[in-house]
Amino acid sequence: MHSGGFPWLSLLLVLPLAGAIAIYFVTESTARWIALAATLAALFVALPLWWLFDPQASQMQFTEHIAWITAPPINYSLGLDGISLPLVLMTAAIMPLCVLASWDSITTRVRGFMAMLLVMETAMVGVFVALDFVLFYVFWEAMLIPMYLLIGVWGGPNRLYAAIKFFLYTLAGSVLLLVAILVLYFYGGHTFDILALSRGTYPASLQTWLFLAFFAAFAVKVPMFPFHTWLPDAHVEAPTAGSVILASILLKMGTYGFLRFSLPMLPDASRAFTPMMVTLSIIAIIYGAYMALAQVDLKKLIAYSSVSHMGFVTLGLFVLNQQGIEGAVLQMVNHGITTGALFLCVGMIYERTHSRLIADNVGLATPMPQYATLLVIFALSALGLPGTNSFVGEFLVLVGTFLWSKVATAFASLGIILAAAYILWMVQRVVFGVPAPHQLPKLRDLNQRELATLVPLALLVFWIGLFPNPLVSRMHQTVTNTIASMSRTKVAPTAHPSAGATAPLLADNGEQLQTRGTSR
Amino acid sequence: MSLYGADLLALLPELIVVVTACLVIGLDPITPASRRDLLAWLSLGALALCLGLTCGQISALNVRVSAFSDLVVVDAYARFWKILLYGVTGLTILMSLPYLKAERIHLGEYYGFILLSLSGMMVMVSGVDLLTIYLGTELMTLSLYVMTGLNRSKPRSLEASAKYFVLGAFSSGILLYGISLLYGMAGSTKLASIAGAVGTRGADDPLLLIATILVSVGFGFKLAAVPFHMWTPDVYQGAPTSVTAFMAVASKAASFAAFMRVFVEGLGGLKADWSLLFLLIALVTLVLGNVVAIVQTNIKRMLAYSSIAHAGYALIGFVAAGRAVGASGGTPGLASVLIYLTLYSFMTLGAFALIGMLRKGVVEGEEIEDFTGLAKRQPLAAFLMLVFMVSLAGIPPTAGFIGKFYVFMAAVEAGLAWLAVIALIFAAVSAYYYMRVVMVMYMRDPNPSSVAPPRLVTSPALSFVLACAVAGVILFGLFPNPLVSFALQSVLTLK
Repeated sequence: MHSGGFPWLSLLLVLPLAGAIAIYFVTESTARWIALAATLAALFVALPLWWLFDPQASQMQFTEHIAWITAPPINYSLGLDGISLPLVLMTAAIMPLCVLASWDSITTRVRGFMAMLLVMETAMVGVFVALDFVLFYVFWEAMLIPMYLLIGVWGGPNRLYAAIKFFLYTLAGSVLLLVAILVLYFYGGHTFDILALSRGTYPASLQTWLFLAFFAAFAVKVPMFPFHTWLPDAHVEAPTAGSVILASILLKMGTYGFLRFSLPMLPDASRAFTPMMVTLSIIAIIYGAYMALAQVDLKKLIAYSSVSHMGFVTLGLFVLNQQGIEGAVLQMVNHGITTGALFLCVGMIYERTHSRLIADNVGLATPMPQYATLLVIFALSALGLPGTNSFVGEFLVLVGTFLWSKVATAFASLGIILAAAYILWMVQRVVFGVPAPHQLPKLRDLNQRELATLVPLALLVFWIGLFPNPLVSRMHQTVTNTIASMSRTKVAPTAHPSAGATAPLLADNGEQLQTRGTSR
Repeated sequence: MSLYGADLLALLPELIVVVTACLVIGLDPITPASRRDLLAWLSLGALALCLGLTCGQISALNVRVSAFSDLVVVDAYARFWKILLYGVTGLTILMSLPYLKAERIHLGEYYGFILLSLSGMMVMVSGVDLLTIYLGTELMTLSLYVMTGLNRSKPRSLEASAKYFVLGAFSSGILLYGISLLYGMAGSTKLASIAGAVGTRGADDPLLLIATILVSVGFGFKLAAVPFHMWTPDVYQGAPTSVTAFMAVASKAASFAAFMRVFVEGLGGLKADWSLLFLLIALVTLVLGNVVAIVQTNIKRMLAYSSIAHAGYALIGFVAAGRAVGASGGTPGLASVLIYLTLYSFMTLGAFALIGMLRKGVVEGEEIEDFTGLAKRQPLAAFLMLVFMVSLAGIPPTAGFIGKFYVFMAAVEAGLAWLAVIALIFAAVSAYYYMRVVMVMYMRDPNPSSVAPPRLVTSPALSFVLACAVAGVILFGLFPNPLVSFALQSVLTLK
């Protein structure tokens, strides 16, 4: 019943899951290969989408549509637009690297670990491609258990605390999202279809409540300033692959949620909350950077830098103009690449020295020149050096912010300066510091597998940094649509819709399904 | 005989269950201990026969066959519950086989009592007369008192039985008092007459309100809703685990079925009053159940509090039905209760089946600590427990999420979004104690000093029960459509 020809997206969802099931039947050493094969297969399914995607089209592409539950009408509907395409591609690209990064470092219960990684991939891709709100929620929540296990089983010494903290924070945030979804269903014409809900209009007071409910779910995931405390714990305790998934992909789901749901569905509330969101973003930018300056643990430093960088993303989203939002989407991808790479780098050095403290990893340039080169590349990308990916994204965000408020821009720029400070200071010590002679025993440089993990990301850093246009042009039309849809007129009934409702659950579903079928 | 022929035919499944129960109890003394399995298989055969009959009894929807001059009725609503009860009873019997042997209490009359209890439940779900429902309730609980105390060598089991009996008798007295007041008012114990009397006397009649409150309290005990839940933790902990599972699932389902029929068909005119009452009860039930469960160290006790909380969630669906406005009426709310309890049955049965056969040498490992490191020793068993716990916490893509989804959907439709918010926040709280079980299984290493760490003792019967439970949890989580439409059709006859 899919309308877009070949079911690319379903295949993308099924491949990792099939890999996870296959892993149940094999030995530990084969599990690694199966995981690698499954993630690579998913990548090869995802890559053609880049060329098949029509940048001019304004509607969803590669759509698939199957009725899942009839009462109420919940559909298995998938699709890609200019916002989700880069995120799906990034997810597909990051996952094989996560498998490679865990090749030697995970030694216990390898099958379980690899299976969890693959289940995560399905859930994460599902979040980005779901076009039905309930389906989205199912994927969104389905991530919790595998991530909880990844941190709790294979994590560091304080993993139990970090795992349950991550779990409860995100669960508590997302239960409010469920109620908001149900309320939207009754106000938005008895549908869970994300596109239909985005076209609806809702009373202003309702929008405020819904915005707060969405905010609870998405702000925890991003994480925005007062809700960020789970992040350093989770990052530090998670195994390398877990940290990479968290930083590169999981955090993007929060900002993706804001962009996909809050802005188009609740435009009035989004505008009303803009000052608050911008303020929180700027606090996150400066506070995260400031905290990063004080860290002695490399993973914690990068974790706090994530808080700061994600502040740029939320800032770009909520200045509500073309430059800001395009910059935000670009920055989501950039942060995924750069921070993911930095976590991979930390993981590699941890495997060698068994310490993540900066003081224990000083002066790596001499024993590990290749490693040091790559680390410097990613570090420079993190601080937004022109020519690297983050520069383009942060620049666009700042331009967008400038159009909204010059003062806000000045404060946000402070974050970039602080980023330069903590990054360069870290690089200075880790790469060029003078090690105590006993501190660094014989460190071997990167092996083939590790190079294969890092080099693709370094290429992406320069590609997006030098030629951002292919990426930006693919998201341009969607962002234009989002902004256009935000200015639609808001006249809406204020009565509770079920009062005069057309719909007993059982009776009208068939009819609704039919009309939906024809409108697609 | 011919006078009652049609009536007896309508009651044929109940009759088969009662006759089989008598047969089992009669055959027990002449069955050698080694062949007592046969009694279980006999009971299962009777269940299979009843399942076929019940499915065949109702050819079309909206058929309502009354029997014995409107004492019982055979309709789609009763059919739904009966099918659920057959399934639950069958799985309980299967999980009892290895469990009773391990506990050395493999007595033939156990199966007789299970069937007697089931027959009581069947009368409850199809009764449309308060006295019939009362008799069904008594038959169900009397058998349960005996089964609770079956483990005569364990003081805890006897204590549970005595406690259950005293509180059960007390609550039955209250229920009966309420019924007598309703009889005094309506001149009949039939639900239809009561509904008529409620219509003529109006909702403000003090006698009617007192009677409603008494009946609510009586059913509150059976549902284990706060503040009538006190017996639950002790009884669930003390009873043999297979009996606990049976109580937590079957007795709760049957009580909900009778409770909903009484309040919708008999006291529907008082909707505005009782929906407020049950709103408060649902709220305190799920808050208290979830909060107190956090501090439990015994997993049976923890699941007892969890079952209290789940009764609270199911009550939300019922409250939503009572407060529903608009064309759809209370249908989604009532159906959500059916869906919720069905899905709850699978995960609870699975969890209890696992707990019962997690043996520390010869004794049952019923502390949460006993699950420590299970994932290393028996990964599959740990994974099954993980699925059940995740489902109880209501996290997709498991059945528990679907159950909660429909309940909250009905609540939001009835304008109770705030209630859904509170209930969902406490669902997040509940995740903490469910995840603790996952945590000890997966993230703690077993205590090296313990000589014989607890292991799941497997047997074909147990494997079958676990397979059914996990299949129900996952398949209904992914494809809830058949169950949902079945439930929506089944509540249509409840008017």
